[in-house]
Amino acid sequence: MRIEGHGLIGPGTVDFSFDGKRLQGREGDTLASALLANDVRLVGRSFKYHRPRGILTAGPEEPNALVSVGQGAGLVPNVRATQQELFAGLAARSQNRWPSLERDVMSVNDLISPFLGAGFYYKTFMWPRAFWERLYEPIIRRAAGLGALSGQTNGEPYEKAFAFCDVLVIGSGPAGLMAALTAARAGADVILADEDARMGGRMLAEVEDVDGIPSHEWVGEVLAELAALPNVRLMARTTVTGAYDQGTFGALERVALHAAPGAVSGAAPRECFWRIVAKASVLAAGALERPIAFPNNDRPGIMMAGAVRAYLNRWGVAPGKEVTVFGNNDDAHRTARDLAAAGVKVVGLIDSRDGVTSGSDYPVFTGSTVIGTAGRLGLEHITIRHNGGIRRIRTDCLAMSGGWNPTVHLTCHMNGRPVWEPEILSFVPRPGSIPGMVVAGSANGVFATHGCLADGIRAATEALAVLGVSAPQVEVPEAEERPYAISALWAVEGKGRKWLDFQNDVHVKDIRLAAQENFASVEHMKRYTTQGMATDQGKSSNVAALAVLADATGRGIPETGTTTFRPPYVPVSIAAMGAGSQGKGFAPERFTTSHGASVALGAPMIEAGLWYRPSYFPKPGETTWREACDREVAMVRSAVGVCDVSTLGKIDIQGPDAAALLDFVYANTFSSLKVGKVRYGLMLREDGYVMDDGTTARLADTHYVMTTTTAAAGLVMRHLDFVSQVLRPDLDVQIVSVTESWAQFSVAGPKARELLNTILDTPTDDAAMPYMGCGPVMVSGVAGRLFRISFSGEMAYEVAVPADYGESLYRLLVAQAEVLGGGPYGMEALNVLRIEKGFITHAEIHGRTTAFDIGMDRMVSLKKDCIGQTMSRRPGLLDDNLEQLVGLRPVAAAGQLTAGAHLFEEKAEAVRVNDQGYVTSVCHSPTLGRMIGLGFLKDGRARHGETVRLVDHLRKIETLCEVCDPVFFDPEGGRLRG
Amino acid sequence: MARLIAKSPLAGLVPVEVGGLTLSEVETGPVTSVAPFKGKQTAVSKALKAAVGLGMPKVGRMDRKGEARALWVGRGRALVMGAALPDLEGAAQTDQTGANAVLRVEGPAVEAVLARLVPLDLRATAFPVGQTARTMVAHMMASVTRVGDAAFEVMVMRSMAQTLVHDIGGAAKAVAARDLV
Repeated sequence: MRIEGHGLIGPGTVDFSFDGKRLQGREGDTLASALLANDVRLVGRSFKYHRPRGILTAGPEEPNALVSVGQGAGLVPNVRATQQELFAGLAARSQNRWPSLERDVMSVNDLISPFLGAGFYYKTFMWPRAFWERLYEPIIRRAAGLGALSGQTNGEPYEKAFAFCDVLVIGSGPAGLMAALTAARAGADVILADEDARMGGRMLAEVEDVDGIPSHEWVGEVLAELAALPNVRLMARTTVTGAYDQGTFGALERVALHAAPGAVSGAAPRECFWRIVAKASVLAAGALERPIAFPNNDRPGIMMAGAVRAYLNRWGVAPGKEVTVFGNNDDAHRTARDLAAAGVKVVGLIDSRDGVTSGSDYPVFTGSTVIGTAGRLGLEHITIRHNGGIRRIRTDCLAMSGGWNPTVHLTCHMNGRPVWEPEILSFVPRPGSIPGMVVAGSANGVFATHGCLADGIRAATEALAVLGVSAPQVEVPEAEERPYAISALWAVEGKGRKWLDFQNDVHVKDIRLAAQENFASVEHMKRYTTQGMATDQGKSSNVAALAVLADATGRGIPETGTTTFRPPYVPVSIAAMGAGSQGKGFAPERFTTSHGASVALGAPMIEAGLWYRPSYFPKPGETTWREACDREVAMVRSAVGVCDVSTLGKIDIQGPDAAALLDFVYANTFSSLKVGKVRYGLMLREDGYVMDDGTTARLADTHYVMTTTTAAAGLVMRHLDFVSQVLRPDLDVQIVSVTESWAQFSVAGPKARELLNTILDTPTDDAAMPYMGCGPVMVSGVAGRLFRISFSGEMAYEVAVPADYGESLYRLLVAQAEVLGGGPYGMEALNVLRIEKGFITHAEIHGRTTAFDIGMDRMVSLKKDCIGQTMSRRPGLLDDNLEQLVGLRPVAAAGQLTAGAHLFEEKAEAVRVNDQGYVTSVCHSPTLGRMIGLGFLKDGRARHGETVRLVDHLRKIETLCEVCDPVFFDPEGGRLRG
Repeated sequence: MARLIAKSPLAGLVPVEVGGLTLSEVETGPVTSVAPFKGKQTAVSKALKAAVGLGMPKVGRMDRKGEARALWVGRGRALVMGAALPDLEGAAQTDQTGANAVLRVEGPAVEAVLARLVPLDLRATAFPVGQTARTMVAHMMASVTRVGDAAFEVMVMRSMAQTLVHDIGGAAKAVAARDLV
């Protein structure tokens, strides 16, 4: 019910809907305040028992009023109605009910609740064991639960960002505002973050004066001063969610969640996940009010007393017509006072303490407790015990207060444990729990406004001291200095369940059962009962639950301790944490200079690491990739082909000790390589296994250029940096990546030289550039490099020019190749060409093979030391029984080979213990007219000519294969020498 | 005989205006990596100064003199841009022309936009004009340099030029869209 003339909201009306029902709220409303203004009390069903629940709080701790907002892929479940700002067209739906909120079939759970206590599922659904995962758990999960995700891909924009400051102030209540003001006046860079859309904290929810004006007006003045300062950044709608090392904080900002879709740019992020780095911080996060566990304390209409005050004073809403208040502290009296002052009928103030006076004209029951409630979908009556008698009071709203818990969460994120403070019957932060953080105000157990204002100044002064800045003189504004008197009241005995954790449906008996079954440690109790789990993380229930546990185990509360508060403080969307990393934001795309030309030729591109490379170049009439691939292979074998190989890693190595470094990192020797020559090199890891292979050219006496595989380019660069900085700092050598400096193209085939000579300023020949030669060349007027190396078995060159000229050279080479009956070839043909020739890739040197396994152990020079040399000769690594690289060809011409298949003896059963090896690379060889493959076979080198059985258990393929030499084509190498 | 045509790393991608920012390509001229050998730092710095008027830059700095610029890019290494270098005795010199895409990002929101992509404190107080750092831009390793009150240069590998423009453009649009919320 709205009380006109009350509250800090605007006059404009806002249309919205709840479960399809059209309602009207006001500008400045939250969904929760608007629902209460429309007398909607029932807003959800509880997690386990599907009990009817209503709005309990007015903040982020809300355990009950969780709704789904939005449609389709943009649907957001479990939105706290207390934090969702109202906007025109907002459509919210209740959760965890079917078919409707009022008639929920699963509320049958509540009737059988005596059987469903804590531990029920674990005890009941133990056998048969396999049923838990497949049957029991899915059913239980469906019955219990919160809102569900849409299951669709959400394309809405989210954002991540970084911010830096001197002082981060968390919370904008009286302590936070004074801390921000003090730090800002000292000239520090200040970020003031508050989870609310409107800053001011409790000062927007209370009726009191600061410096002689209403507190919310005072807030406005302070905010105006802060906003005008260039060194202050105000971040509203921003919840600081975690405290991490080095003064780093996580924070979630709601950016466009309060705006009607269509009313804002589609590019506006829904949320932004901030990482804020602060030299010092002030935590002024306030306190959270805790419920009292009395019988049936969970009906819609039973709310926190502070929340009732907030709805009244900030939003002008009375949550009931006949309100009762129940508390164990002075703060509860404020609720009754404010309600009465606003003209709302207060039918009773029940105070558990004796001898409390009020001076009010509503009935006050001291030394009394609420022992029962009634009303199926909303509160109708309460029963109280008063003066030894029982009394029934008609009421539609009960405001309860069990005291306030300082919001200590962030101080515990780095393993800090809070300290019990008996004065306020709650925990306060342990000083120094987060380096550089000072806690102020209610978060520190200071509850009066004047005390909070003063504590904010004190905290900022201490935070500034961390920076070495002295604080300016700031006067404490005049404000109420009201004592906070409280006496312990955790649970009220009586018939009915006394709810502690509303979100997880945990009541007092569950905690006692946990203690009885010896889950007596607070962490065990939490797991046994699920108290403190799910989206609210026990914000309201933690302290009361462990007080009940302490009582049940006969210990004090400090000895019982708390569970660990971990980040995040509130739920954070995965979409916000992973913002920008969907689609093209997932990883950078790397394009070669020839990319556009390849795409223009119709080549489908495949990803090779981050690179995009052409798969094949289809010609008119070709309907499958195989046709194109076969043609390209034949083209290279008979004429000439051009392929962009710029993606291979290229590393420039210079210095007096360049040769020594190469001898150290390569298994074979490079110091003996002549200038103008290229050599194949094999690189081992420390453990003796193969790391990478490639060719290295000696350009000058102290200047080499190394080539790595595409996949291992970064790995090898890192390895060389590590070796030169850590293992061999004695070597005078400089290493720099030139992968991106050069566009490099393979020109392969019998007509390779003929093609090259159409683009070189000075023609090359066998004498000038024999096999494995290299040197500088002029390429159509541009200084480049030429290497006579082959990955195809044909006469082949790689020609390199500065990257700016790459696209132009590629187009020229392709055009000239076509004149000679050649053309471009892609990755598919490249792979076939190398398998035919028995050249290895990372399919073979996959990290589990040694030089011995691939038949290159003689390359591991014993005349010098190198990384991996000693370990490569370990016993067991040179054993004939190991799997060795072999070629495989099907006995029947049409036989199929598959990579990943395993090898067995011809007659052996195809089971693990009979495994003889596996297949790493296969292709259809157009040159040989059948499939061929490379693989590893036990003692394979001695078994050439034998028949083995290939079995692919996944694809259900069996093929008899002949074991052969891995080099299928031109084993003498006459073709590549030209 | 045909002549090869040069194409710069960001050709066809910029200039563009996006979210109030101007993205344009920095014409670097010749780019050379200069890395002095052991004990040759001072001699190389002197020789470099004699050649282009700039010594080896200090850690985290970019110096300029006329067209020439010397950019710190890592341990004992600088990129000298805008001037062809003679042989500097005692240094590894490697041509890097065209190896990197150098994007100038300019506009009032530049700090806010880069704060979406770069995990560094880029406030003018911490990162003044002439300051440079090797860091991340989204998922790319990069060199970021402040060249003006509202202008930065961002350098990534040439192959990632398209992703750089995509990522900065996306962040700029999101920042601009906030003003309308």
